[in-house]
Amino acid sequence: MAKIKVVHYINQFFAQIGGEEKADYPAELRVGEVVGPGVALTQNFNDEAEIIATIICGDSYFNENLEKAKADILAMVKEQNPDVFIAGPAFNAGRYGVACGTIAAAVQEELGIPAVTGMYVENPGADMFKNQVYMISTKNSAAGMRDAVKKLAPLALKLAKGEKIGASAEEGYMPNGVRVNFFEKERGSKRAVKMLLNKLNDKPFTTEYPMPDFDRVDPNPAVKDLAHAKIALVTSGGIVPKGNPDHIESSSASHYGEYDITGVMDLTEETYETAHGGYDPVYANEDSDRVLPVDVLRDMEKEGVIGELHHLFYTTVGNGTAVASAKAFAAEFSQKLKADGVDAVILTST
Amino acid sequence: MVKEVERAGIPVVHICTVTPISMTVGANRIVPAIAIPHPLGNPALDKEEEKALRRKIVEKALNALTTEVDGQTIFE
Repeated sequence: MAKIKVVHYINQFFAQIGGEEKADYPAELRVGEVVGPGVALTQNFNDEAEIIATIICGDSYFNENLEKAKADILAMVKEQNPDVFIAGPAFNAGRYGVACGTIAAAVQEELGIPAVTGMYVENPGADMFKNQVYMISTKNSAAGMRDAVKKLAPLALKLAKGEKIGASAEEGYMPNGVRVNFFEKERGSKRAVKMLLNKLNDKPFTTEYPMPDFDRVDPNPAVKDLAHAKIALVTSGGIVPKGNPDHIESSSASHYGEYDITGVMDLTEETYETAHGGYDPVYANEDSDRVLPVDVLRDMEKEGVIGELHHLFYTTVGNGTAVASAKAFAAEFSQKLKADGVDAVILTST
Repeated sequence: MVKEVERAGIPVVHICTVTPISMTVGANRIVPAIAIPHPLGNPALDKEEEKALRRKIVEKALNALTTEVDGQTIFE
């Protein structure tokens, strides 16, 4: 029997083209080449499938040129006409995850070719696309590659062969809202008692029915009198005084910074920089106003457009940083902002 | 972070390039930015033009903050 044909999508990093400085790399098709994680995938195909082509695209390029990148990549996949399309895995890389989800969903919907991807549950691409394509749940870093391909490869084979896909708990994909019946080995009462005993003993247990998470916050009323409002700046783009005095980590930040900009009219190359390791820092290091617009807000303060720019700004690095950490940082500094009488916040992200 | 600021009772506008992420996260007032490594700038422009561009985005953000919204809104 002929081997199942697979087309694999990866980013510039996993293709070993480069890091953030190459994130603007346009989509490229490499026919007959197995690149990066494709090697591990191939090992897990058990000779049943082969990667006939690899498509590589920079993460920033994909997200900034969404329509063009999508159209170009779809054309490449169409030309190769594979039996199944695999994107990633993207782990906790946000732009990569969004790219994987977008392109996998598009291949499936527009070309009718089954597709699968994989990423960490907190990757923004997960919530966006897990109900549209099968998405293997991976660890939050590439250290989880082995586990990830062990689930990705078999699921891709099943999809290509048109076999029945089992429940999320059996196959390792993220629950996608589709209920699949299967027989448990033990009856419900026994499983429930086991879970309860584990819970009482502080041991880990996995619920069979997680409660849905609808975490939405209603918008606050608009600012009424801008000319007398105190506006504060917050960023996840990692802008810090030159030298990064509080050592905010370039990824997975463990804390945030609070910095005084009293008398600072303009962020310059000599005084400010970014600590962020998840985007090309050249432009932000040259002129941090490109991320944190202090210069413009000072002008507007002088002209009376706004009342004043708050003398403190809050900053952290939103690169692989756990949602729980970001939430805790912001819960804390928001209370400080309130106590300082701030009327509104401009939050910038890279 | 946007949501926690909002939860604390302070109106907040999120300026970001990949607006679908902002929608997923749950920001209510969203203003699209220029590019991931320079959301409020464009190094291809000269200094004056670039600052004018930045001012336009900040003006949009302030406009968003002074506009009542009753759900997630992108201010194009």
